[in-house]
Amino acid sequence: MPNDNVLLLLNSISQRYGNNTVVHDVSFSLERGDIGCLLGPSGCGKTTALRCIAGFEHVQSGSITLANKIIASESVHIPAERRHIGMVFQDYALFPHLTAEDNIAFGIQHLPKNQRKKRVDEMLELVHLREFANVYPHELSGGQQQRISLVRALAPRPKLLLLDEPFSNLDVALRERLCGDVRDILKQEQATAILVTHDQNEAFMIADHIGVMNEGVIQQWDGSYNLYHRPKNRFIASFIGEGVFLPGVVINDHRVAIELGVIEGEFESPSPVGTKVDVLLRPDDIIHDDDSPLKASICAKAFRGAQILYTLQLPSGAEMLSLVPSHHDHDIGEPIGIRLASDHIIAFQSDH
Amino acid sequence: MSKLWGLSQAITFFSHGWRLAAILISLAVLMPVMVILWSLLSPEPEIWQHLQEHLLLDLLSNTFWLVLGTSLGTLILGVSLAWLTAVCEFPGRRIFSWALLLPLAVPAYVTAFVAVGLFDYTGPIQSSLRDMGLELTFPEVRSRAGVIIVMVLAFYPYVYLIARNAFSTQGKRALEAAQSLGYSSTSGFFRVALPMARPWIVGGLMLVIMETLADFGTVSVFNYDTFTTGIYKAWFSLFSLSAASQLASILIIVVFVIIIIEQQARARMRYTTVGKTAGHQERIQLKKGHAIFATSFASFILLIAFIIPMVQLLIWAKEVMQDFDSRYFDFLFHSLSLAAMASVIVVTAAIILAVANRYYSDIATRILIRISTLGYALPGPVLAVGAFIPIAWVDDKLLHGLKFFGYEGGLLLQGTMITMLIALVVRFLAVGFSPIDGNLQRITQSVDESARSLGCTGLSMLRRIHLPILKGGVFTAMTLVFVDVMKEMPITLMTRPFGWDTLAVRVFEMTSEGEWERAALPAVTIVIAGLIPIIMMNSHAER
Repeated sequence: MPNDNVLLLLNSISQRYGNNTVVHDVSFSLERGDIGCLLGPSGCGKTTALRCIAGFEHVQSGSITLANKIIASESVHIPAERRHIGMVFQDYALFPHLTAEDNIAFGIQHLPKNQRKKRVDEMLELVHLREFANVYPHELSGGQQQRISLVRALAPRPKLLLLDEPFSNLDVALRERLCGDVRDILKQEQATAILVTHDQNEAFMIADHIGVMNEGVIQQWDGSYNLYHRPKNRFIASFIGEGVFLPGVVINDHRVAIELGVIEGEFESPSPVGTKVDVLLRPDDIIHDDDSPLKASICAKAFRGAQILYTLQLPSGAEMLSLVPSHHDHDIGEPIGIRLASDHIIAFQSDH
Repeated sequence: MSKLWGLSQAITFFSHGWRLAAILISLAVLMPVMVILWSLLSPEPEIWQHLQEHLLLDLLSNTFWLVLGTSLGTLILGVSLAWLTAVCEFPGRRIFSWALLLPLAVPAYVTAFVAVGLFDYTGPIQSSLRDMGLELTFPEVRSRAGVIIVMVLAFYPYVYLIARNAFSTQGKRALEAAQSLGYSSTSGFFRVALPMARPWIVGGLMLVIMETLADFGTVSVFNYDTFTTGIYKAWFSLFSLSAASQLASILIIVVFVIIIIEQQARARMRYTTVGKTAGHQERIQLKKGHAIFATSFASFILLIAFIIPMVQLLIWAKEVMQDFDSRYFDFLFHSLSLAAMASVIVVTAAIILAVANRYYSDIATRILIRISTLGYALPGPVLAVGAFIPIAWVDDKLLHGLKFFGYEGGLLLQGTMITMLIALVVRFLAVGFSPIDGNLQRITQSVDESARSLGCTGLSMLRRIHLPILKGGVFTAMTLVFVDVMKEMPITLMTRPFGWDTLAVRVFEMTSEGEWERAALPAVTIVIAGLIPIIMMNSHAER
């Protein structure tokens, strides 16, 4: 039974180039109005997957369905220009010989003139660049080019919008601001979109659902909270957020013993009693408490404004991270009291 | 499925078509080179002996000293002026920065005849000195030193332009790094800025050497025999085409060595590019004495390389206003129509090569393009001989064939413009190729893809995206080739149809008779045309 709310469905897509499998058995679906994200290190296959959806790559196996219609499979290939899928490129790919206005109008030539004009104005208004209507791309700043390329893709009201690393050419401060702006714009236009990025903060800020990819495989398709707090495997656990693994032993199905004591909580993937495991501890799982009898000495610190990230060393030599409010300013070498604060256990079977 | 097939098949077919066209173009370039090299491989003993006994040694030593002197002179002049205008600050720097390029508009043979006319025994300088009763023994202007000085003044802008660009993108920043490491600005220049700019300077110098080896007009005015004049004389005085091609084959070997050095310098330029200039850089403020010296130095060069020759030309042109007649308009018309024809052909060929370059990045295509754009290094007389020999051969065969059918007329291809156009197109293809290719590179793959994702493909993409972006490059290419053809002398002189005299040919004829005044009017016309690309370059740089 097709679900009417599902706009995009990828069913087991695989792509190989020679002996190199770039995308392996990728499946996910996206509902109307949702923003999805493929997140992963460079070379993980996320851009190839995106280009398959866009129609710039021919799908070798599996199928892609858009609004209940197959647009790509081994035997079907609707050309990119007839998929009604918009795309924002990493280098923006604005047409250098056209003004901002004409760039936006490029994809809506079929509209009558007054409607076209209205849509272009609407788009310029959306990104607050009305006064730049007659300016050529090379006269715009990076952030302005990025926004023009976004509304150029949105102007024809595509069924789906793809964004390929759209923020990677911008500096950090601008990147954060634009991320928020872009999410607002997409929601305002009720667009369904997929973002490709290697930057998890971007993914967290924009996306409703995130697929973390590695070596051509989607490791976990989930919301940001779950990716951080309930990673399904070691790769996700170390790729998303910060943290360290400490060795431990399973006591029962809601307790694990580690050097710091016993963690109690919900066990994400229970292992048999007595199994040696590596337990993930996030910096926010370790709380600084002067009264705690448990001590660890500081071996490095990084000031982060509101907080300080301490790297702590336990007597055994194992290191871990703790995020502490910034007025608790301690010196390197100083022992400080710590306490475990974790309501769930993330542990993976130890390799050794 | 069928539509998909159609699209990809069409793309494959057309790109093969482009490649085929690229192969044909590079064959056209290779043909004259091959013809000339063939004559090196099949020497005719009698001619060789004659050349060896009477000519070869003189030509080699003349060429050697000319290249050496011109290289040293352009190097010193070009690099010092570039450093001053790119990195230092002194009164008039902004004006000198572009004005020092003006000599590029004046063909070397024009500067040459003005210099000879000025300093000759009967020229205005020596005459007025004699009138004042001063009997000075003046050094002979038609000497080795004379040619070298004229060529340095005509060709230093190549080194200047390219070194200025290198210095202004990296000079000051590198110098600051050196200063922070304890070097003075003088030692920083020699230890850091100069070595960093070396690939650029070498590239510019190789262009100078190519121009020196290719020069025909200047050495003719000075009666200084080099390979180019040797080729001309062998062909048109001794009527020995084979002697001409033997000489050409020696020259082409020298040119190949220069091409190899230049290509290596270019490859290194790519790898050491520092990137964009970060905003306005603070310049080195020259101290008062130094500043006065810099201003006088730049003014002096500008004066002798451009202003004095121009003023003298205008004075002469005014003396012979009666020459401003229908014959003058014939020359002008011939020059303009030849330039128009050549530039249309060059631009068409350049578009084909640039498109092939875009669709095929494989080694074969890159080699084809490299070959096709080598013509800029080949001296005009070499190309003239190399294009004439095969055309004459084809003509001969055609005539034999047609006689069989009762044809009684004369030669078909010789005496038409075809030889001249082939040689000119080969010579200036690179000039047309680089702006067009540069513009086409701006159309990245993602530009095509974003057009497609907005529903625009095929011919509509060509019309709405590719052609408009290419327009600027095509215009630049057209102008540059047009002006270069107008300035060109040896190919036009040696391969023109009978009576088809252009402005440059007229300059040659008048100067070879020592009638400087009568050469002035066509020369002024050529210089005016030559100013166009410099103005274009300048307005482009200011944007």
